[in-house]
Amino acid sequence: MNRVLMKGNEAIAKAAIISGCRYFFGYPITPQNEIPEYMAREMHKVGGVFLQSESEIAAINMVYGASGSGGRVMTSSSSPGIALKQEGISYIASAELPCVIVNMMRSGPGLGGIQPSQADYFQVTRGGGNGDYRVISYAPASVQESVELVNRAFRVSEKYRIPAMIAGDGMIGQMMEPVDFSGIEELDRVERPWAATGTDSHPGRNVISTLMLEPSSLESHNVKLKAKHDLIESEEAMYETYNMDGAEVVLVAYGTTSRIVKNTISALESHGVKAGLIRPITLWPFPKQAFSKIPSGCKLVMSVEMSMGQMIDDVEIALGGRFISAFYGKAGGVVPTPSDIVDAVISNLEVI
Amino acid sequence: MAFIFKRTAGLTEKPTHYCPGCSHGIVHRLVAESLEELGLLGRTVGVASVGCSVFSYEYFNCDMHQAPHGRAPAVATGIKRVLPHNTVFTYQGDGDLASIGTAEIVHAAHRGEKITTIFINNANYGMTGGQMAPTTLPHQKTTTCPLGRDPESTGMPLRVSEMISTIDGAAFVERVSVDSPSAVRNAKSAILKAFRCQIEGKGFSMVEVLSSCPTNLNLKPSEAMRWVRENMVPYYPLGNFRSPKGGE
Ligand SMILES: Cc1ncc(C[n+]2csc(CCOP(=O)(O)OP(=O)(O)O)c2C)c(N)n1
Ligand code: SF4
Repeated sequence: MNRVLMKGNEAIAKAAIISGCRYFFGYPITPQNEIPEYMAREMHKVGGVFLQSESEIAAINMVYGASGSGGRVMTSSSSPGIALKQEGISYIASAELPCVIVNMMRSGPGLGGIQPSQADYFQVTRGGGNGDYRVISYAPASVQESVELVNRAFRVSEKYRIPAMIAGDGMIGQMMEPVDFSGIEELDRVERPWAATGTDSHPGRNVISTLMLEPSSLESHNVKLKAKHDLIESEEAMYETYNMDGAEVVLVAYGTTSRIVKNTISALESHGVKAGLIRPITLWPFPKQAFSKIPSGCKLVMSVEMSMGQMIDDVEIALGGRFISAFYGKAGGVVPTPSDIVDAVISNLEVI
Repeated sequence: MAFIFKRTAGLTEKPTHYCPGCSHGIVHRLVAESLEELGLLGRTVGVASVGCSVFSYEYFNCDMHQAPHGRAPAVATGIKRVLPHNTVFTYQGDGDLASIGTAEIVHAAHRGEKITTIFINNANYGMTGGQMAPTTLPHQKTTTCPLGRDPESTGMPLRVSEMISTIDGAAFVERVSVDSPSAVRNAKSAILKAFRCQIEGKGFSMVEVLSSCPTNLNLKPSEAMRWVRENMVPYYPLGNFRSPKGGE
C-alpha cells in the first residue's frame, strides 16, 4: 500500500482527475476552495479544462453544457453555493445527464458560518430544484472513503445518467489523513450516442432539452425517471453496520458524526449500555435495508446529526414505528463530543 | 431553370409556432442560411433559451441544447470547452439576455468565449404575455407597466450592444434590424461576420436584432415593423460597435 498524507478536498480533486474527469467549473466558497485550487494546478497537465465561473449558477450551467456535449465533468461548492446550483441540477437531472457535484457542507441557514455541518441533508436528498427528480448522494466518513466514493460517483452517474453528489461535511474536506489511490481507476469511456456534439459525429440530430409542454409526454418522462429512481434505490443503497449484535441502542449517523459515534460505543459499554451503529453511506437512496438488522430487543434508535434534525425523518420512515426513536444534534458548526452523545443516550433510556 | 430561392438546409421542416409577422421567423432563417453557407451545420451546437424561441431546438437543423432562463451563455461555455472545434451559438430574447441572464452574457463576453450570440430585442417579454423588459422604451405600455414605462422608477432601456462593446473579450458586436428588406440583408451580413469571427477564433461575437412582436404590441405585422423603425431605431442606433482588428 502506497499511502500519502492528504487533505480531504485535495484528495477528492485528485480522485476525480484519476477517474477521468476532464472538465471542472466552479466558484470559490469556504470550506471547499482546495478543490478548485487543485484543479487549477493539475487539470491542464492532463489536457483538461479548469474554469472559474462568475457564479455557482453559471458553473452548474457550464456543467450542463459540458455534460450534454459528452464531457466527464465535475463541480464543487458548499451549502449556499449548492442552493444556487439547484436550478441547474434540476435541468441536468431532467435531461438525464451524468455529472458529479461535491458539497462540502457548512452551517446555515443563510450565509451561516464556515464550520462543518450536516444541515444540508434535506438539500442533498430532497433537492432545492423544481420538479420530481433525485440525485444520488454519497456521504464519506474518511478521506480514503471520499476518494473511493468520487470514483464510484462518476461510474454510477454515467451508468444511470443522473447527477451524483458527494455530500461531505466541512470536516472531511479540511482534515488530513493517509490515503491510498491504488484502487482508483480511470473509468472506461461510456458511449454517449445522445450527446450534442454536431451532426457530423452521429446519425440524426441530437437535442438536449427538458421542455415537455404536452402533459402526457411530461408525465411519461416523470414515470420513466421514477422507474430509474426505483432501480437505483434497489441497487445502489450503501451502508455500514457496526456492533449490531444484541444492541439495545442503535445510533444512526453518517460522515464525521459516525466516527464520533463509533468512539461513543465503547464509552456506552462502560455505562452498561450495548450500542450499535447504522451508518448510511448513500443518503439518497436512503439504506432502509439496514434497519431490518436492528435486533428485536432494541430499546432505542437515536439519530445523531450535525443539524437540528433532518435525517431523523428518514430514520423514522425506515423504522415504520417498530422501535422508539430519538434525535440528538448539534448545529452552527458545533461538533458533538462522545460524552454529549453518551449523556443523550442515557437520558433517553431513563425516560423510556 | 436556375434556382433563385429555396428552403435552407439550416432549418428542419417543422412549421414554426411563431405569431404571424414575428421577427423570430426571419431571424431563424438568417441564422440557418448563414450556418449553411459557411458549411457549419454538421459541427454546430445551438443553445435555445427560454422565451418564445424556446422551441428553436426543433427548427434549427443542427444539434441543439436547451438552457435555463438566462443561462444560455454559461451552457454554451460548457459546450465550447468540450468541443472547441465546433461552432456554438446562443439564441436569446431580451428578457432572457438583458434581465435574468445579464451576468452570464457579460461574463461570456468578458472571457472572450468563442461563441456567437443572436440577441432578439423586441422590447418586451413575449412568451409570458408582454410584460416589461429592460429594453422596453420609455412610456411604452406593457402588461406590467400599463401606464407606460416610467424611467423614474424603472430606469431607462438597457443598451446591451453598447454595454457589451466596452468589454475587451467582445470581438464583434453589431446592432441590426429586420424591419425592411434592406435591413434584413444587413442583418444577414452581420450574422455571417459574427460566425466568421468565431471560426477564426477572434473572441465573443454578438448580433442584436431589433425585432417586432406584433401580438404584444397589439399592431398588425406591417405596423409593428414600422413601430420598430420609428420608435426602437432612434433609441437603439444601428451599426457596428466592435470588429476584430485587421478584420471586417
Ligand atoms: C427562472 C424562470 N423565470 C421565469 C420564467 C418565465 N418566462 C418564460 S419566457 C419569459 C420571458 C422571455 O422573454 P424574452 O427573453 O424577451 O423572449 P420573447 O418571448 O420575447 O421572445 C419568462 C419570464 C422561466 N421560464 N424561468
Ligand atoms: S408573442 Fe411576440 S415574440 Fe412571441 S411569437 Fe408572438 S410575436 Fe413573436
